[in-house]
Amino acid sequence: MPHVLTRSLDRSATIFLIVVAAGGILIPLSNLLLPSGSMLQVPTYLVALFGKYVCYAILALAIDLIWGYCGILSLGHGAFFALGGYAMGMYLMRQIGSRGVYGNPTLPDFMVFLNWPELPWYWYGFDRFWFAALMVVFVPGLLAFCFGWFAFRSRVTGVYLSIITQAMTYALLLGFFRNNFGFGGNNGLTDFKDILGFNIQADGTRATLFALSCLALIVAFLICRAVVTSKLGKVLIAIRDAESRTRFIGYRVESYKLFVFTLSACMAGVAGALYVPQVGIINPSEFAPGNSIEAVIWVAVGGRGTLVGAALGAIVVNYAKTYFTSGPLAPYWLFMLGTLFILVTLLLPKGIVGTFNSWWEPWKARRRSENAESAAREDGVSEPDMAE
Amino acid sequence: MVANIIARICALLLSAFLIAAFALPAFAGPFEDAVAKFANDEFSDTEEAIGAVSVSGNALAFPIISALQDGRLSADPDTKKVYITQEDGKIIDAATGAAVDKLPDNAAAVRLNNRLRRTVEAALGGLTLLSPDPAKRLAAAQSVFKSHDEAALPVIDNALSKETSRAAKTAFTEARAAILLYKSDATDVEKLEAIATIKARGDQEALALLTGLPGDQSPIVAKAVAGAIASIQSTQTIWSVLQNAWYGLSLGSVLLLAAIGLAITFGVMGVINMAHGEMVMLGAYTTFVVQEVIRTRYPGLFDYSLLIAVPLAFIVAGAIGVLIERTIIRFLYGRPLETLLATWGLSLVLQQAVRTAFGPTNREVGNPSWMSGAFELGQITITYNRLWILCFTMAVFAILLAMLRFTPLGLEMRAVTQNRRMAASMGIATSRVDALTFGLGSAIAGIAGVALSQIDNVSPNLGQSYIIDSFMVVVFGGVGNLWGTLVGAFTLGIANKFLEPVAGAVLGKIAILVLIILFIQKRPRGLFALKGRAVEA
Repeated sequence: MPHVLTRSLDRSATIFLIVVAAGGILIPLSNLLLPSGSMLQVPTYLVALFGKYVCYAILALAIDLIWGYCGILSLGHGAFFALGGYAMGMYLMRQIGSRGVYGNPTLPDFMVFLNWPELPWYWYGFDRFWFAALMVVFVPGLLAFCFGWFAFRSRVTGVYLSIITQAMTYALLLGFFRNNFGFGGNNGLTDFKDILGFNIQADGTRATLFALSCLALIVAFLICRAVVTSKLGKVLIAIRDAESRTRFIGYRVESYKLFVFTLSACMAGVAGALYVPQVGIINPSEFAPGNSIEAVIWVAVGGRGTLVGAALGAIVVNYAKTYFTSGPLAPYWLFMLGTLFILVTLLLPKGIVGTFNSWWEPWKARRRSENAESAAREDGVSEPDMAE
Repeated sequence: MVANIIARICALLLSAFLIAAFALPAFAGPFEDAVAKFANDEFSDTEEAIGAVSVSGNALAFPIISALQDGRLSADPDTKKVYITQEDGKIIDAATGAAVDKLPDNAAAVRLNNRLRRTVEAALGGLTLLSPDPAKRLAAAQSVFKSHDEAALPVIDNALSKETSRAAKTAFTEARAAILLYKSDATDVEKLEAIATIKARGDQEALALLTGLPGDQSPIVAKAVAGAIASIQSTQTIWSVLQNAWYGLSLGSVLLLAAIGLAITFGVMGVINMAHGEMVMLGAYTTFVVQEVIRTRYPGLFDYSLLIAVPLAFIVAGAIGVLIERTIIRFLYGRPLETLLATWGLSLVLQQAVRTAFGPTNREVGNPSWMSGAFELGQITITYNRLWILCFTMAVFAILLAMLRFTPLGLEMRAVTQNRRMAASMGIATSRVDALTFGLGSAIAGIAGVALSQIDNVSPNLGQSYIIDSFMVVVFGGVGNLWGTLVGAFTLGIANKFLEPVAGAVLGKIAILVLIILFIQKRPRGLFALKGRAVEA
């Protein structure tokens, strides 16, 4: 197993893992140990903000896995993210217990408000963490499996698939907006108190959640890396580049796609589950088709098919969003985001990391050959081919 | 007891009516006597007074009865004088209409009990039944139909004999039938006739009237009622199906209008234009600007504003479309997923640009006079704006179809759709065709915006609400085939409106989306798929 994990580690992956691990350790430590007001102390709100970015980075990895390596452009990955978030939100709602506004020990506030006599069946079990954690992976995975089963078997590809994934998240958006759906309707789930017995507002909990998110990012990265560098990954790339040929060679294209799509949805679910306790709310707007498309642009900015780029793109774009929407430039943010979409697709189709690699690799190769050349010259051996 | 009193009122009403019908002015004396009875502070006297006043034909009858209803009628028990406090606070003498400075100190409001209140209502109904205005008579007859108060029967009979307007006459006959149906001492023959009349009316109120009938009817009447209820219900089912079909056609025409441009760009160029909805929005804002200019400069032209806006929107959206194609989309051919992202970004920019220029709130676009209002067709209501939009959509569709079929550009577009490389080899400038096609698709979205501005809010988010629906239409109908788009739009529109009453608006929409997702599994290329090698590009 260690072989599988390390085999794939090139330089950028190593740097990425070191940076994430360092961030995951140093930021919580600085937040907890250093006195507040110190230059190096990271304030709690920043810890939560970075935690949010890290969750987005996991979502971006999930999208890059299917889009960058298998050519499936899902415009509905926000749905899996939100479903994972809702599963975690339901657990957190049950943890409120009788501390809600209405003081009902079993029913969440919005159900009391709607005069529901008892908990609906699909809320059973969410008072236990292990069950909720299972559902975080299982529900998005199941939806992706069913959806992919139908879609890939009937060979829905390309833009058609993109549009029906968008319709899927739109349908879920409409559904979760309904009060009688049983997930808090318009307001969603919020007002959480604690997670596994720890106060969710406390600095220690937030720092721990951040560290866990970084850990999840590392694990997700290693899983993706393992998938894309394995033989399976080669088949995925073949499907991306020439689906019909791969099928004619004899691979069952739909099984490969289904596997990677479901895996990706599960990762998105985990990202959503880590996101909810850090931002403290989950509501139906997470299902909005615009969110899913925005997540795709993170991947495009960072560089599709590079994994590191996806995570980097998520963090860069979201940092820019936070920076611009909180300043006087707020009305122009949508201009910038829109222009980013256009410019990246037109001028930077490989994204930041891809473009950097395409500069860096030839340069490195040239330097290597120059080194070899000078070494050869010192040895007094001429290169007859060079003259031509 | 009650029946007795009612019979007395009827008699009174009838006699007073006959009298009133013959010679009104001569009976000023009895009117004053009747008014004075309000001062007796006895419910039975008040009741008689109401009866006498309401049939007196005196101009003060209506003010008196309505004042009584609102508690604005006061009486002085000593002088037997009755006063009306008018709504503006002025006081007049009820018997003469002369203005009075202030109420006497011992004047008290004339009291009513619940039974009298009903009498008052019936009397008011009776007073308007004789109104010279046919519309008021009609409304009064409708209210009698609903209340089926026996006290109104003589007035109805009287009014019926004098009525000339056909609509009002029908209404009176129906009101009379309603009264007879509920009258305890009406004969079975009368009741059967009444049931037949009410059955012929056949709307929701007729149904309510029949189902509300007490159970103690003779078997033959009960049977007739059951039959009439069943018959009305089945007609109503048919009407509600028709009504839903109309709503569905209307929604379908809106969907078609929004999707038709998309079908062209997607069909011919394989380009997913996520900014298509924004072209619709630009068309709507063009209409807004045109109307603003007309309002401030040439108010007389307001009725023509849409006619002016249609070509303008066509030009504005078309020009922007060509610009987009030349600057962005042509660099992305063969990369449909990237095109999707770039046009999404473009849609964000356009939305924000409009938000900056016109503000984030809804702008008001008015209906020209020929597009406002509605008319009834049987039991369904058809609004003129929906009807015009349906006609407009069909016109646009027909023109577009003709253009594709009979013009050189249409020929080139079809050639490029079917086989791009072959078309290029034959000397067709495919890139020029692409630009014009994209421009045409956007231009049609623009004129769709003019139509949609009449039924939807004109806001920067206007396009967003149509984009997913339009995609569904195109994908469902099949790419590269306008007839597919037509069938797709109307199927989705009608299915949506038929699901809505069953499942509710939101669930209906979800059901449609799920059905489309399942449908695409079955036929990944839509209803009318383009056959041949082009599809596997």
